[in-house]
Amino acid sequence: MDNKAKRHIIKLVSRFPSKESALLPALALLQKKYGYIAEDDLVELSEIMNLPEARVFSTASFYSMLSLKKTGRYHIQVCMNVVCSLLNGASLLSYISEKLGIREGEVTPDGLFSLASVECLGSCGYAPAIQINMEHYENISIEKVDGLIEAIKKKER
Amino acid sequence: MEKILSRNINVPDSQSLDVYIKRGGYDALKKALSLPSEKVISIVAESGLRGRGGAGFPAGMKWKLLPADRTAARYLICNADEGEPGTFKDRQIIELDPHLLIEGMTIAAYAIGACRGFIYIRGEYDWIARVLVRALREAEDKGFSGVDILNSGHQFCIDVFRGAGSYICGEETALIESLEGKAGRPRLKPPFPAAFGLYGQPTVVQNVATLASIPFIINMGPDVFKSFGKPRSYGTMLFGICGHVNKSGVYEYPMGTSLKKLIYEVAGGIKDNKKLKAVIPGGLSAPILKADEIDIEMDFDSLIAAGSILGTGGIIVLDEDVSIPFVAQKAARFFAHESCGQCTPCREGTSMLKLLIDRIAAAEGSLADIEQVLRLCRYIKGSTLCAMGDAAAFSVGTMVKKFREEFEALVK
Repeated sequence: MDNKAKRHIIKLVSRFPSKESALLPALALLQKKYGYIAEDDLVELSEIMNLPEARVFSTASFYSMLSLKKTGRYHIQVCMNVVCSLLNGASLLSYISEKLGIREGEVTPDGLFSLASVECLGSCGYAPAIQINMEHYENISIEKVDGLIEAIKKKER
Repeated sequence: MEKILSRNINVPDSQSLDVYIKRGGYDALKKALSLPSEKVISIVAESGLRGRGGAGFPAGMKWKLLPADRTAARYLICNADEGEPGTFKDRQIIELDPHLLIEGMTIAAYAIGACRGFIYIRGEYDWIARVLVRALREAEDKGFSGVDILNSGHQFCIDVFRGAGSYICGEETALIESLEGKAGRPRLKPPFPAAFGLYGQPTVVQNVATLASIPFIINMGPDVFKSFGKPRSYGTMLFGICGHVNKSGVYEYPMGTSLKKLIYEVAGGIKDNKKLKAVIPGGLSAPILKADEIDIEMDFDSLIAAGSILGTGGIIVLDEDVSIPFVAQKAARFFAHESCGQCTPCREGTSMLKLLIDRIAAAEGSLADIEQVLRLCRYIKGSTLCAMGDAAAFSVGTMVKKFREEFEALVK
């Protein structure tokens, strides 16, 4: 992690009555900044926070929004819970998979996209829903997905 | 009908402090601060308000369970980890009326003597968390929150704490563990959070809609609150109606409103004029109801009598074309994925349920697999550390029991 991230984490630690409470926000910060949490960063984080490495790993590996594996710069998650999958979520997942040429858990060769299915995003009333990095998209359709992916490709070209 | 939880949501700029104040916002806080804290507790207890997060625990009672000695630090946590499939009500309050939550929380903190609070919001609700942070800053600037609330000498500082993707963190002790930087694994109870909560201190954890009901109760008095709903289920509920209905969305109605009315009148009936097959009435954990079982009132007791639960009030409507084994597959997958892995009956039980249901749904199972699902559900029930194991067993088990012919058709 860079010095800026380090400084930010040290600041986080002072914000809570107990330093341990800063662990999840610190992990989220690394996830947001790098798209995943590298093993070296876990070690460094345990040193900064003076917590056992195992403790940091235990937390980092528990939550579905934290990834210990490198994902694409745009990580696409498709909700596959009851309501979304009944309202076309399942076909959305296979559509995106085909369009990007990757299966769930894979990254495109250019490192731009990765794909995953996800449990309930809290959008059951506005289904189906997907999430790209931290952005939430509801009432999504194949046309809208096309638009989102094209916009990203254009931006990153 | 007068609204308690959604009265401001259609007003332009409803998130702003100015609009909130113009509509009578923070009057309840002023009133509460002029009363002794015990009086605030007794008003809320008298109102009969029960938790809106799923368990329905009496809100005032939760406060009364705290130790009498107020010298040690105590915490108030708002549970905004809304993760129960079919549930999307709390986000409406936070997104469109964040000050209602902040006011309710600040009143609750005054009542119980908490100086520090957290709003634990699910990580996926990033944009909603930003609305909340903005509202909190506004409230602090104007003295409605922070170190010296409305010059009363009372302090209550709220932090927004984001989850990172975990259903089980909606269980209050798992939520506390998560706030302490750990994996979200529910604690063995007792001790309950009232005695040993965040950092080992007395703690109250309450749902968004529960806390957001408090300003109304303080403003109007417990009797007006009790004029909504029915005995043991007073007040209103934000019903989230989704699935195969024409107008899915969040609707506030009194407790005890007919489920039939909610589906056919409020949510505009079944999509494409199809027939109804089944309803999951209170989030995915709630046992499924068949189409002929929906002539029922949506309150705590009526749903228990019908073999289900009110849960979060998230109503999932399934039309005649839905395959219940498919829904069971999604449910089993969900619970297996979200099991924290701490206790064996839930960790192994939900994984085995998933394996069996997947096999049945793929038409590769046998009648013995169906029996095994039902046996597993009986074994899981009551033997897990928290309520999630029960939820998985009731949810999946009831689908198999009530729609057995659909499962059998796949294995014959």
